[in-house]
Amino acid sequence: MSLLNRTAGALYRRPRLRLSLLLTAPLLWLAVLYLGSLSVLFVSAFWTTDSFTSEVVKVWSTDNFHELFTVPVYRQVVLRSIGVALAVTVLCAVIAFPLAFYTARVARPKWRPLLVVAILTPLWASYLVKVYAWRLILSQGGLADWMLKPFGLSGPGFGLPAAVLTLTYLWLPYMVLPIHTALEQLPANLLDASADLGARAGRTFRSVVLPMVLPSVAAGSIFTFSLSLGDYITVQIVGGKTQLIGNLVYSNIELNLPMAAALGTVPVVVIVVYLLAMRRTGALSSL
Amino acid sequence: MRLTRTLQVTACAAVLLAATACGSSDSSGGSSGGLNPPDLKAQSKLGKSEGEVNLIAWAGYVEDGSNDPKVNWVSDFEKQTGCQVNSKVAASSDEMVKLMKTGEYDAVSASGDASLRLIASGDAAPVNTSLVPNYKDIFPDLKLQAWNSVKGRAYGIPHGRGANLLMYNTQKVTPAPTSWAAVFDDASKYKGHVTAYDSPIYIADAALYLKATKPELKIKDPYALDQKQFDAAVALLKKQNADIGEYWSDYLKEISAFKSGDSVVGTTWQVIANLTADEGAKIKAFVPEEGSTGWSDTWMISAKAKHPNCAYKWLNWIVSPKVNAQVAEYFGEAPANSKACEETSDKNFCTTYHAADTAYWKNIAFWNTPIQQCLDGRTDVKCVPYAKWVQAWTEIKG
Repeated sequence: MSLLNRTAGALYRRPRLRLSLLLTAPLLWLAVLYLGSLSVLFVSAFWTTDSFTSEVVKVWSTDNFHELFTVPVYRQVVLRSIGVALAVTVLCAVIAFPLAFYTARVARPKWRPLLVVAILTPLWASYLVKVYAWRLILSQGGLADWMLKPFGLSGPGFGLPAAVLTLTYLWLPYMVLPIHTALEQLPANLLDASADLGARAGRTFRSVVLPMVLPSVAAGSIFTFSLSLGDYITVQIVGGKTQLIGNLVYSNIELNLPMAAALGTVPVVVIVVYLLAMRRTGALSSL
Repeated sequence: MRLTRTLQVTACAAVLLAATACGSSDSSGGSSGGLNPPDLKAQSKLGKSEGEVNLIAWAGYVEDGSNDPKVNWVSDFEKQTGCQVNSKVAASSDEMVKLMKTGEYDAVSASGDASLRLIASGDAAPVNTSLVPNYKDIFPDLKLQAWNSVKGRAYGIPHGRGANLLMYNTQKVTPAPTSWAAVFDDASKYKGHVTAYDSPIYIADAALYLKATKPELKIKDPYALDQKQFDAAVALLKKQNADIGEYWSDYLKEISAFKSGDSVVGTTWQVIANLTADEGAKIKAFVPEEGSTGWSDTWMISAKAKHPNCAYKWLNWIVSPKVNAQVAEYFGEAPANSKACEETSDKNFCTTYHAADTAYWKNIAFWNTPIQQCLDGRTDVKCVPYAKWVQAWTEIKG
């Protein structure tokens, strides 16, 4: 019996061995690249730096976290970042729902795939190009000003609202897609049944459509929330003088790496809490 | 031409974004407070060339034609000296310091903050300027300054310099400003349209303004601030924050903001002012009456250099009139060699960048990294170190 046959036989008889061989590589990837780097991040947050050379000194200290909780500006920026992420998520959900309803149920079936492609097209364009385009739209005398002028208004200019608007544009496809899928899979007979039982459109929406689609909204919100929370480039380009948590990490990375690490753990914690909250809605199983 | 410009500015921006600071010179020069570097010997004579040299440089300083075939001052050096050039582009002063500590590099184009740290830690060796023939043509006001020497001992060869200017929109800002007050005390006139450089080192700009307007604070050097002086500068910047439209660190962002009118007054560099004017914006940029801050770079030699002879040859080459002119034009800075001005392709280049204008540079306080020992020589107080500047900058922006 050849070696190959024997190996095959051994593997056949030992399903556990088979499984562990199959999973070792991807699990190592998960453990080393994701969990490993996260724990390194967390550990380095407890180190300090030499104030003259900015070199990391590996002396255990909780100073960075102490600062994080006591210096008002950090708290303010953390709250602002969470606020931005929530605002972007809500805006995305409000815009995405009718959009997805149209692409999934109202539009003619032969147009539907094309519409989905159209929604996804912006994802193929460079992030920077899109953000700089928004910078032009929102600049003085730009498109926003020009469009609002007839109503005696002017555009929002650069600042927090501009950042929220731009982030909403950037992450909208991530919200549309799961809602579109959920609405598409919604069995038509449930809607018919609801109508047969005398429910009007509004009632059907509230009692049938919404509960079935909500996990998908939550799933989409995981993308929009986490992507917004980590962003620091959009806010640099259209955010005026606003700073978010990512900007603080960026400004500390050269001279105070441990502080940057401490700041970096904040979004990780926030996202974990958010994921746990979303799990209750069943969002994770509809991803 | 367009492409060269872009590259030039990209290089410039990359360098200056990353450079947290360059050298400091109050005009008294060389007063480095408590800085006592290890006693290292400078090389006394040049030996045979080693056949290669390893350099750490800012983007745009060591160009061998791989970025733009027309921009190449490395190949001729290799041909003439037989030293093969291996260069590593560093993105920040901190990276430069880290790389120099490995001992694998022979020379570095250090900005002032890196240079002081390299000197203090003994990573950079003193430089024997008599082994660099072109040193004699370097502008005298760049020689033996606080960021390239300690107690009269040279630690490097000056490369080039630039000033931070006040730029304003000539149509919207009237009357024309003459003072930094335009971005501090009078900033509320242009609320939401004032801009400032997004870096902790900008605190020195506020200190420079206070030095002129609040004599009771007794600020001598904007990079040597005790707690009281520092708090005053921070308070001024917090007040300014209310009128700021946006801070800039990206040159493209500043150009577009001045073009559209989102920013009408604020700090800039000469190269950005030139580009903004080229794009049709109605702007002017100048050094206000209080003087200004600025930056200056120095080529230094590693104390552990394995190829010191080739490194000395490189130092001499990079400040030779023709090459210094090429580098300065590509990068957008004032050359260090006085003879470089005859070699620039744009005959007005040195005038535009004030290369030979001693009076102009007298008013410039070159960037430096603030340390606890006051750089202005005071010993009775402790100064606020740069790490605290970084934290304060975060708080100023809120």
